[in-house]
Amino acid sequence: MVSKHLLTRIYSMTRPVLQIPQPRNLCSHPKFVHELQTRLFSDAPPPSPAAPASTPPPASNLQSKSSLNETELKKFAAISETWWDAEGPFKPLHLMNPTRLAFIRSTLCRHFGKDPNSTRPFEGLKFVDVGCGGGILSEPLARMGATVTGVDAVEKNIKIAQLHADLDPITSSIDYRCTTAEKMVEEQMKFDAVLALEVIEHVAEPAEFCKSLSALTSCGGATLISTINRSMRAYATAIVIAEYVLRWLPRGTHDWSSFLTPEELVLILERASISVQEMAGFVYNPLTGQWSISDDISVNFIAYATKNTE
Amino acid sequence: MNRITARKVAFNIHALKSARRTLCCSSGVKLPSEDRDQELSDKHGSHTNHPVHDVAIVGGGMVGMALACSLANTPLTKKLSVAIIDSNPALLSGDVIKKEDPPDPRVSTVTPATIALFKDMGAWKYVEEHRHAYFDKMQVWDYTGLGYTKYNARDINKEVLGCVVENKVLHRSLLSGLQNADSEQKIYHFKLNSMTTQPSSSSTPHGSLAKLELSDGHSLYAKLVVGADGSKSRVKELAGITSTGWKYSQNAIICTVQHTQENFCAWQRFLPNGPIALLPIGDNFSNIVWTMSPDESSNRKSMSELEFVEELNRALDSGYGPRPKSQLSGAPPFSWLTNSDRTASSADDLFEAAPKITKLASERMVFPLSLNHANRYASKRVAIIGDAAHTVHPLAGQGVNMGFGDAFSLSKVISQGIAVGSDIGELSLLKRYESERKPANVTMMAILDGFQKAYSIDFGPLNVLRAAAFQGAHYISPLKKNIISYASGEQRFPLFS
Repeated sequence: MVSKHLLTRIYSMTRPVLQIPQPRNLCSHPKFVHELQTRLFSDAPPPSPAAPASTPPPASNLQSKSSLNETELKKFAAISETWWDAEGPFKPLHLMNPTRLAFIRSTLCRHFGKDPNSTRPFEGLKFVDVGCGGGILSEPLARMGATVTGVDAVEKNIKIAQLHADLDPITSSIDYRCTTAEKMVEEQMKFDAVLALEVIEHVAEPAEFCKSLSALTSCGGATLISTINRSMRAYATAIVIAEYVLRWLPRGTHDWSSFLTPEELVLILERASISVQEMAGFVYNPLTGQWSISDDISVNFIAYATKNTE
Repeated sequence: MNRITARKVAFNIHALKSARRTLCCSSGVKLPSEDRDQELSDKHGSHTNHPVHDVAIVGGGMVGMALACSLANTPLTKKLSVAIIDSNPALLSGDVIKKEDPPDPRVSTVTPATIALFKDMGAWKYVEEHRHAYFDKMQVWDYTGLGYTKYNARDINKEVLGCVVENKVLHRSLLSGLQNADSEQKIYHFKLNSMTTQPSSSSTPHGSLAKLELSDGHSLYAKLVVGADGSKSRVKELAGITSTGWKYSQNAIICTVQHTQENFCAWQRFLPNGPIALLPIGDNFSNIVWTMSPDESSNRKSMSELEFVEELNRALDSGYGPRPKSQLSGAPPFSWLTNSDRTASSADDLFEAAPKITKLASERMVFPLSLNHANRYASKRVAIIGDAAHTVHPLAGQGVNMGFGDAFSLSKVISQGIAVGSDIGELSLLKRYESERKPANVTMMAILDGFQKAYSIDFGPLNVLRAAAFQGAHYISPLKKNIISYASGEQRFPLFS
């Protein structure tokens, strides 16, 4: 899958930052270091106007210690009824789903030592799908045998997910809850695998969010996170093409400045005692209309990580 | 659960027993889904009579059985619970096919690609133990006597060009492939009455599954319904899938004939009213597929055996026009089309006369010819394969190979869907099967239809063009190789690859 050299490259970029607060090679870019530090290492809202989405609305901060972003929640509540419409606003997710599930299947089969030729390789394992939306990831995981808990902060999503899952006896066993990762941490819940796909870019405080994901992962468990890169190509494809040209997504679905680069993701996960083992990119072929796994992590990427044993 | 309900469903006991015998399933293996279904049916007592299957294959003919066999022999799909719905008693009879019996006129020419897939499923062994005939040569010529083409397996570095097998042997070989697989199938010996794919109400436990009602009044649920029920597919009709097609106003006579020496070549001669093909079927037997006008066919069906054999020999030799001359030396009539150093190795092969038929070994069967292609191969929870999706002119024996191609493609797509936890009845998944098979089938249909059209007109200049095409195909080796490769089941377009 993704070559080791890619990870080494990412590590070689992130490790010095971890060890030395201001490494020499970044001295000439104090703004970058400052931004990185404020975004990733401090709990204070970043002062930079370049990242407005990461400013948490004060109200939500007062109510509960949640890393969620209120405006993001409203955006999703408005389109939640279309979750299962394969031609609707979530079309790109439906198209991408088999590809990301293929990555999840192969990495988790390896992680848990399961037979990849089994119909239900995840039998007996507890998975949580954080930000499950309408359940388009939870349902396939349940079919692969996992005991799935799907959580989403938008109540409407949970209702839609529950309704859809009830149509199939296999998926009706999914435990859908309208809650947040933070609240589950308070309840001291633990899972063999924690999945947060296409969620972190909609979260106000990615670092806090990752700490919660880590707390939910049991020792020796796995964490999977996918998101969109903060690169020019990602801007061009995820926002300009998907939201404006093809109109797959409602305008304003994504806020480019709140995206994380793979280096940043590795960093904040490392701080939450989770080590990224493998990364892969997803590339879309407009001619075949299919997504495939690749080494190219410049637009969409997924990280498979393991919880460090303490 | 399936086993339990099987007893409750009013069943022909003999049928059930023989179904068990032919598809002996290991009782030790219990599917996880069975437990769940059991629990569910316990919870909802009223649903005990409604078995739930993963895949319901309507039509247990060659193509339907190929799908069942392929699913049973693939790691990810072998645990699926598969129902086969067919009222054909052949599916249940345990009759042994005797090698001494004269061959059945219903035969298929399977390509090397299909043979490889049968070998993977462990079904080819059965074919090899029964009557079958490999052929490594093929001679195609026409009645104008202007040209001929000889294809040889050597041209494409293959042992054989294909194998002619009786349909009943192919069918039984797939049953044997199922028998040897560690999987579970259930045969419903009934007809399909109706099908509901739209959820009636989301509160029922199987609300989103397809509901099938059988001719005995019982129902079953399936995640995916596969229509393998032939050109008059009931599944296609119930799913509202429309098709496009036309009749050729031509009939084909098929029969088995005997000749004096053994035959290892497939012969095809284009006559004014359609082609006649002589295919080896083993020993001194060959199979005849002769296309003609409906009037001629009723006439030839009713004429005496002796007269008919005489007609056959005339059609395969010098009737309607002279034999083409073998190009021995010197420039052939269309030498400007060819380049001597690109000549394929069999280009030197001389024109041969087809073996002389001595007697008729079966009854004469008449079939009308038509071309039909479904506009879609899939809708939600429904996929159609084989003749249900496309019927073609029997020319070159491609029909059943296209059907097998569909079955293996659908099996692969289902397996890919299982791997990523998809609902196997999801339209987006089934569309992948459609997009893989539709272009391949349409190409093959266009070629066969084109051939048919090119030969249904007897017009001087066109005859010359046709002969030129023959010469071209005979002498331009890359083209010739491509034609053979394509006809033997390799997925490459013959001209532009």
